[in-house]
Amino acid sequence: MKNNNKQDLLWIYRKMKTSRYFEERMEKAYMEGKQPVFNIGAGPVPGEMHLSNGQEPAAASMIVHLTNEDTVTATHRPHHQAIAKGVDLKKMTAEIFGKKTGLGKGKGGHMHLFDPNVKFSCGGIVGGGIPHAVGAALANKKKGTDRVAVAFIGEGAVNSGAFHESLNLAALWNLPFIVVVEDNAWGISVAKDKSTCVPTNDVRAAAYGIKGYEVRDNDPLEMYRVSKEAVERARKGEGPSIIEIETYRYLGHFQGDPELYRPKDEVSKLRANDPIERLKKYLLKETLASEDDIKALDQQILKEVDNAYEFAINSEYPEPEAALEDVFV
Amino acid sequence: MEATKEKTRKLTGSKAMAQALEQEMNRDESIFVMGEDVGKYGGIFGSTTGLYDKFGEDRIMDTPISETGFIGAAIGAAAEGLRPVVELMFVDFHGVVMDQIYNHMAKIPYMSGGHVKLPITLLTAVGGGYSDAAQHSQTLYASFGHLPGMKVVAPTFPHDIKGMLISAIRDDNPVVFMFHKTLQGLGWMDQLDASLGPVPEEAYTVPLDKAKVVREGKDVTIVGAQMMTVEALDAAKKLAERGIDAEVIDLRSIKPIDKETILKSVEKTGRLVVVDEDYYSYGITAEVSAIVASEGFDYLKVPIVRLAIPDVPIPYSRIMEKFVIPDAKDIINAVEKMVTA
Ligand SMILES: Cc1ncc(C[n+]2csc(CCOP(=O)(O)OP(=O)(O)O)c2C)c(N)n1
Ligand SMILES: [Mg+2]
Repeated sequence: MKNNNKQDLLWIYRKMKTSRYFEERMEKAYMEGKQPVFNIGAGPVPGEMHLSNGQEPAAASMIVHLTNEDTVTATHRPHHQAIAKGVDLKKMTAEIFGKKTGLGKGKGGHMHLFDPNVKFSCGGIVGGGIPHAVGAALANKKKGTDRVAVAFIGEGAVNSGAFHESLNLAALWNLPFIVVVEDNAWGISVAKDKSTCVPTNDVRAAAYGIKGYEVRDNDPLEMYRVSKEAVERARKGEGPSIIEIETYRYLGHFQGDPELYRPKDEVSKLRANDPIERLKKYLLKETLASEDDIKALDQQILKEVDNAYEFAINSEYPEPEAALEDVFV
Repeated sequence: MEATKEKTRKLTGSKAMAQALEQEMNRDESIFVMGEDVGKYGGIFGSTTGLYDKFGEDRIMDTPISETGFIGAAIGAAAEGLRPVVELMFVDFHGVVMDQIYNHMAKIPYMSGGHVKLPITLLTAVGGGYSDAAQHSQTLYASFGHLPGMKVVAPTFPHDIKGMLISAIRDDNPVVFMFHKTLQGLGWMDQLDASLGPVPEEAYTVPLDKAKVVREGKDVTIVGAQMMTVEALDAAKKLAERGIDAEVIDLRSIKPIDKETILKSVEKTGRLVVVDEDYYSYGITAEVSAIVASEGFDYLKVPIVRLAIPDVPIPYSRIMEKFVIPDAKDIINAVEKMVTA
């Protein structure tokens, strides 16, 4: 995996870094109006806020193998997947700020982002998106295309009925479907070993007679390699896969989570092994990019994200009565 | 608040819930709790605060995100003689488990000719108003109230929260116990006076089928539940300044609904506003209106006013959410029009 993948690896770096910077700004924007006293409903970005800092490789290293025509369904923690899939960043940011220029005209919010132009959706019900990706894969197959559908979920969602019904369907119909399980070790306060009867979820592939892959240590390169294989197999009609990646949740389940259930030093250990820094080192070591290249790229990313925030902040709020529109199309 | 001579303390809604659970669990070994994040976290909305440390993981059981599994398991355990308390974190998630709730929990006692008892308490958090959008902000009072076989309660004040939770646990039937997030008195949500109130120390019960007149008045009856009761009381206070004397009824019980208290009040006032943080069609406003139209039609001086969410999903953006959820201002406008009509 060397020079021929240079473009891919730089793309992955770019997407991971965009997501990281986007979310670092979001962390601050979210806290506006919520200090000194935290109130979930206050400030320019109210409601629940689930950030994905640390989980970027799960999204970017898979989605690099997809096109706009491939489908992604995501979760309540959707920013890294949305950014990798190429969701319009300005409209996405505006949606999170509740503006009428947002993807859903301010009706959806951060857990409910829909961008049909790049075939991206997400939702707030754990496990809810898995069957939608199965359906997209079914449609792809019926239409005779080589497009694939990828469902991103957390390790907690594997224990939902929707997961097992969906995986059986995908396997039974031999669909171009992949589920990426982002194992960040926690489902809110419940540790994986308190919710899951097997140590890793790739082994569940055996139950459906499909392929299972395990990626350790939040490794963007290994995720890249494994995803490539799974996507190629799906495109060739060789059936679905489960990929579980061990990934890192740097922040609370949602912003404002007191995290009393979590060992104090867990996050600092995780942060010391940051996947973006690791990929950057790799790019430099393999001379796929120079320090200057990375700096220039980082500058572009900052600008892109800043522009999106500026767009969102300067956009208008919807009219109150707009609440009554769009129930039926 | 119902007067009590015993020792009382001021508690929040969530502390009242935790206290009810603790006292009942001490009294009856067959009670245990299952749900997502009910253990160390103490429930996302604080309903099991402190109980994990007191009772341990055998009686305060964190579950995987497997609602069909663990709520279905509550049915099996209840049929074996245990008294499970299960928490569905947000009522919105009923969608993934409604088969177990409605086709099984609610029907087995009846289909068995009363031979199978299912003493299950299903706790669930309801309500919006903090921009949690369409999948995390509903109340769904009517969705549950519509279906036979479950008692459905939605208390407002800490005193009733504790007393009705104890009644629910002791009841031999499935009881859906809806608690409103904003009335839990959580530090990270809007702070409301109504979420803190006097609660007797020892265990006591409040009936599961009685509404309560929480403010007496003679000009108009306002019926609500939970946050709509709070808004109605606020409206009544402001209406009083304008010389309008409103009576406010806190429903407390969605099913069975207390017709008598409603009819008695409308007989006195001749005017009715029903206000609901649920959808307009087929909801509480329709039910209460139908009761009065069919059994108290002659009491009415003016047509009934129904205030509810106008049959749209709850939008995210604050300005739109505020527009669809009724509040004191909407109530005041409605009442002023009625009284001058
Ligand atoms: C059906 C359903 N049950 C419960 C929840 C509440 N909830 C939201 S996120 C979450 C934990 C999800 O854990 P995981 O799938 O591992 O994703 P993560 O949050 O770690 O990204 C829970 C229990 C929900 N949204 N939907
Ligand atoms: Mg997780």
